[in-house]
Amino acid sequence: MSERVAVRKTYKLFIGGKFPRSESGRSYLVQSANVSLASRKDARDAVVAARAAVKGWAGATAYNRGQILYRVAEMLEGRREQFVGLGVPADEVDAAVDRWVWYAGWSDKLPQVYGGANPVAGPYFNLSAPEPTGVVAVVAPEQPALLGLVSVIAPAIVTGNTVVVAASPAQPLAAVTLAEVLATSDLPGGVVNVLTGRLAETVPTLAAHMDVNAIDLTGVADAELAADLEVRAAENLKRVLRPAPAGHDWSADPGITRMTALLETKTVWHPKGV
Amino acid sequence: MTATATSARSDLSELGRSETALRTFLHGLPGVDQVGAEQRAAQLGTRSIKTTAKAQAIDLAIRMVDLTTLEGADTPGKVRALAAKALRPDPADPSCPHVGAVCVYPAMVPHVAEVLAGSGVHLASVATAFPSGQAPLEVKLADTRAAVAAGADEIDMVINRGAFLAGRYSEVYDEIVATKSACGDAHLKVILETGELATYDNVRRASWLAMLAGGDFIKTSTGKVPVAATLPVTLVMLEAVRDFRAATGRQVGVKPAGGIKTTKDAIKYLVMVNETVGADWLDPDWFRFGASSLLNDLLMQRTKLTTGVYSGPDYFTLD
Repeated sequence: MSERVAVRKTYKLFIGGKFPRSESGRSYLVQSANVSLASRKDARDAVVAARAAVKGWAGATAYNRGQILYRVAEMLEGRREQFVGLGVPADEVDAAVDRWVWYAGWSDKLPQVYGGANPVAGPYFNLSAPEPTGVVAVVAPEQPALLGLVSVIAPAIVTGNTVVVAASPAQPLAAVTLAEVLATSDLPGGVVNVLTGRLAETVPTLAAHMDVNAIDLTGVADAELAADLEVRAAENLKRVLRPAPAGHDWSADPGITRMTALLETKTVWHPKGV
Repeated sequence: MTATATSARSDLSELGRSETALRTFLHGLPGVDQVGAEQRAAQLGTRSIKTTAKAQAIDLAIRMVDLTTLEGADTPGKVRALAAKALRPDPADPSCPHVGAVCVYPAMVPHVAEVLAGSGVHLASVATAFPSGQAPLEVKLADTRAAVAAGADEIDMVINRGAFLAGRYSEVYDEIVATKSACGDAHLKVILETGELATYDNVRRASWLAMLAGGDFIKTSTGKVPVAATLPVTLVMLEAVRDFRAATGRQVGVKPAGGIKTTKDAIKYLVMVNETVGADWLDPDWFRFGASSLLNDLLMQRTKLTTGVYSGPDYFTLD
């Protein structure tokens, strides 16, 4: 019997719950694998998919979102060996699963912490509640490959935003594998979309896109590119998260700022005693 | 096809006089190769239109849009807003052309006419008991006359599909002729409702029937049944208008309607028009899109080409 030939995997994009190749047909070799090289049109398609998913995801109950995110953590746990095989240290996988569960728990608690009743000078209840901002573009940090990725995606989606993630060009395999986890864990298609390839090609498109509401520049190491992206993002007044400072400790307690940075506040007045 | 066309040249005008002659002619039309038509349409849909050609195609497509609202919930305010949008689709860019026409129900025609007066944008009204067409002929004609009297210069009529499918071609023919005369100077678009005609052969027959009876345009669909305009159906209709002009010398327009929502779709249709009937039809007088949401996508793509930045639906009006 002849020797078995192994089936090699092509790492593709993740857009709208599907795994398409790049519209441009291009790929690049990285981490000993063929990975799709996304074009600006893939970025546009990803934004369309993310926008279409906003209504359902933001409209889902916080309890439901929390359950789905917890399910993601379950699936992530089951893929531990695969991530280790990609070179992610085992304790980082553990930390990533824990981080995901931690954020999942915030889904129905953040409104109590971040919203509340405001005292006003009149016979009214005045209540402020956090609302998702919409479509968020995220540039994932290069290191740590999995924990960094989870630490930027989970806080954005737990509150009801949808995201387009530009994976690290040098470490895309963890991102595509995480996409495979997301695709099998009840997360509606389009809530998370993953683009692999050169940042200089996809991220300026996302930063300038009028239908993107916020951009997280965490993974942008090049200061010049970051400045250019902020200028582009100003056109429609996107919320901007600045790049992470060098030596940022991803294993430390993240706090709630990554979630609150991507929220808007809705305040309602209600007459008392009627 | 051309063989039929030349042999028919002499006696086409006589066909309407007898049911038998009409039936013999329509059933003598060659059958449509279904697989071939679908494959041809799919192949033409793969063309890539970029940069300046795309910019031209988008402007042409905007000029070809029949901006349509045919809802029970239409109000005078809504149709007036729609008419204002037809005149100036992109308020931020004065170089954006106006659309081809506004298409509304007869009761809404007077409200639109006020806004469009003297603008060059046509005012189309559906008539003849749209969308089913299941009403007595007198009612249909009164519907048509009322729309024309109120200011419509284009009438979109529906054919009597019940009669057509039952094989009573004369009845369908006579209704179109009667409606055409009720239109007066207004242009008549004949809606075949291809989604209910079941086969491409029927689409070809209905196209010829509508053209023989005097229709100025043939239109695919009402937009009120699940299957609306498709590329292969439009291909069959384009071939029919091409062969009809070869046979009679009279040019008839084509209007696909319903289900065309993106710029990409619209450009596929334009490619097909150019490849099937040629540049003579690449004009709002001879080709239209019946659509509502298509316009916003065209405007977004146009904005992308002029500014270099992808736009979003937040920046364009809903209706």
